[in-house]
Amino acid sequence: MSPEILYTAEVILNGLMAGVMYALVALGFVLIFKASGIFNYAQGVMALFAAMTLVGIQNGQVPFSHLINAVFGTQLHHFGWHLPAIVAILLTVVVMIIFAILVERLVLKHLVNQEPIILFMATIGLAYFMEGFGDLMWGSEIKVLDVGLPKGASLALEEYTVGWATEGSQYYGMYVDKLDMVAALVAIALVITLSLFSQYTKTGRALRAVADDHQAALSVGISLRKIWVITWCIAGVVAMVAGVMWGSKSGVQFSLSLIALKALPVLILGGFTSIPGAIIGGLIIGVGEKLFEYSIGPMIGGATENWFAYVLALFFLVFRPQGLFGDKIIERV
Amino acid sequence: MNPLKIVGVALIATLASTAAMADLVFPSLSYRTGAYGANGIPFADGYADYFTLVNERDGGIGGVAAKVIECETGYNTQKGVECYESTKGESPLIYQPLSTGITYQLIPKVTADGIPMHTMGYGRTSAKNGQVFSNVFNYPANYWDGASHAINHILGENGGDIKDKNVALVYHNSAYGKEPIRTLTELSAKHGFKLTEVPVDHPGQEQKSQWLQIRRTRPDYVLMWGWGVMNQVAIQEAVNIGYPMENFIGIWWSGSENDVIPAGPKANGYKALTFHAVGSDFPVFDDIKKHVVDAGKAAGAGDQVGTVLYNRGMYAAMLAVEAAKTAQEIHGTKDINAGQMRDGMEALVMDAAKMESLGMAGFGPEFTVDCKNHGGPGLGAMQQWDAGAGEWKLISDFEASDMDIIQPLIDEDSNAFAEESKIEVRECA
Repeated sequence: MSPEILYTAEVILNGLMAGVMYALVALGFVLIFKASGIFNYAQGVMALFAAMTLVGIQNGQVPFSHLINAVFGTQLHHFGWHLPAIVAILLTVVVMIIFAILVERLVLKHLVNQEPIILFMATIGLAYFMEGFGDLMWGSEIKVLDVGLPKGASLALEEYTVGWATEGSQYYGMYVDKLDMVAALVAIALVITLSLFSQYTKTGRALRAVADDHQAALSVGISLRKIWVITWCIAGVVAMVAGVMWGSKSGVQFSLSLIALKALPVLILGGFTSIPGAIIGGLIIGVGEKLFEYSIGPMIGGATENWFAYVLALFFLVFRPQGLFGDKIIERV
Repeated sequence: MNPLKIVGVALIATLASTAAMADLVFPSLSYRTGAYGANGIPFADGYADYFTLVNERDGGIGGVAAKVIECETGYNTQKGVECYESTKGESPLIYQPLSTGITYQLIPKVTADGIPMHTMGYGRTSAKNGQVFSNVFNYPANYWDGASHAINHILGENGGDIKDKNVALVYHNSAYGKEPIRTLTELSAKHGFKLTEVPVDHPGQEQKSQWLQIRRTRPDYVLMWGWGVMNQVAIQEAVNIGYPMENFIGIWWSGSENDVIPAGPKANGYKALTFHAVGSDFPVFDDIKKHVVDAGKAAGAGDQVGTVLYNRGMYAAMLAVEAAKTAQEIHGTKDINAGQMRDGMEALVMDAAKMESLGMAGFGPEFTVDCKNHGGPGLGAMQQWDAGAGEWKLISDFEASDMDIIQPLIDEDSNAFAEESKIEVRECA
């Protein structure tokens, strides 16, 4: 086989993997938007906060240590433990649940029946608050996240595919990052779990009812506040998963919050209300931007991925304003 | 005279003398928040701690206390300009914005206001030409020196012949990242190596395409002009594709502990340029520990002392202090103003004896600044990451850049700036 074809296949495969990483972030947005109509600007910061909390708990870091030391003149930094990853993950989930309850009690409860733009602005405030709060709690240095996920090229795949190229051609085998493979498996598991949860559990059906019609759901006795807490809990867990996957690549640092920028074109393309839309949208954006960068990028100076994702999303928007899988909005005037 | 009047006169005289000996103000345009905060914090801490050391140990600069006014820029050019505007009324002596974007915006402002600006290892490279950029200094080295140092290192490793070599430049797709391209293009023509440009958009969290390209084309060397998360991701991706780390060379802004630690032990051997020494094995750090950290006066938690970016901030502050001392000597006054500080910077001499007296023998290169040359000789060194020890090691001396290539570029760019900005080129003796 020609190396060019194999390289193109490699780009597509890696685009799919990158798409899964984008979809992981987009999922959190979709969950909250579906249940409450809120575009959660703080989703990226939630991913950062969850990852910081995970690393902090795992490494036994004393929260707010800088503040405590500055006020009391102490030298507290670590509790002296290093927890297994699974324990740290579970404790982080608990923190994200507490966070969801606090968001509902302190922010959302007071904004019931407000315009979506008010709720959106509240999440902007929440994002800025959490940025500072996270730094204050865990410090702003770059943290190494190690929950035992494999990283680096899959050598087995490289060895298996290296002989596919035409003899004599320079080909080094197909490259896929093992971390991306794990992310794909986790995303698949997450989507299946969320689908089963929403289809076959009472709470899941209540979530869908709220997503379909707030007023009707309220009229049959579904507690909107309880549903919001559950939704933000799930979005918090999804944010943690996204934070772990992205944080494993770059270390846990402020830039993790910017991964939300990668989710926006995915949402525009896939629709704000569809979980499959987030996945398919992520895959299309991932493959589209990687292929464009590979084939056209070198001719126009490269670094096309950031803007091309939005151009691709806009292109879809022209034909389907609600996104590929979003609910069609019909308003009577 | 009435005793009350005597007391009154004495009081007024005391107040007047206090006003005359006001603190020497050094604004710190820092960034402790945002995407680049993790790098901005150690630099700002090092900068502030050195001034604290000078105040605590030496009683200030020539007996006058140094005052650091910190203003948060968030590495945002607009905020940086706002910080400048909001602090320039405090009689600042010098600005060090730690951002090429902010530097470009401040060049006309500081020139008009008569305040010197020091852009150490960043900013507009052609500001080295003091005849055009009267108030801007970029000693001891600039980006073009850095590009030349990297190529010199590659030449050294290949016996001076790199005709058949491929060199890729992975760069932050911004004014900063594009700075070395011109020099590398000229060096490529001179030495015959092939240069491939690989841009990465801000912030650089996702670089799969770029590293797949590097994996396909297998360049002999990869140079990196990155900052922030771009560095960590690039080093991790290089590790992932199995790129030989000893052939991966970053500019000095891609060579801190922050950049290599996330990639773990496989980042071992990664190289980066520098214009100062690494580690904390210098007497000045003992003084910082004694007078600043242990005294509870450190700007941060004190846990960054000796890291690359802390050292760089401290080095920047030290150069500012030495320029202020020079200005005090030249003008015969302790209470210097911005114009006199500029003169001090233009007459700065950093020799071995001075570095030793500061407890920093060999910490930075020896250099002098003059009216024509605001950038010094452009000396730089190479450092290499030892993952086992968890520390950077200096693997070369401070060496010269290829001024045969760089000087004409500086002359061309600075003269074009002078023409377009209608600046009269200064005469230098």
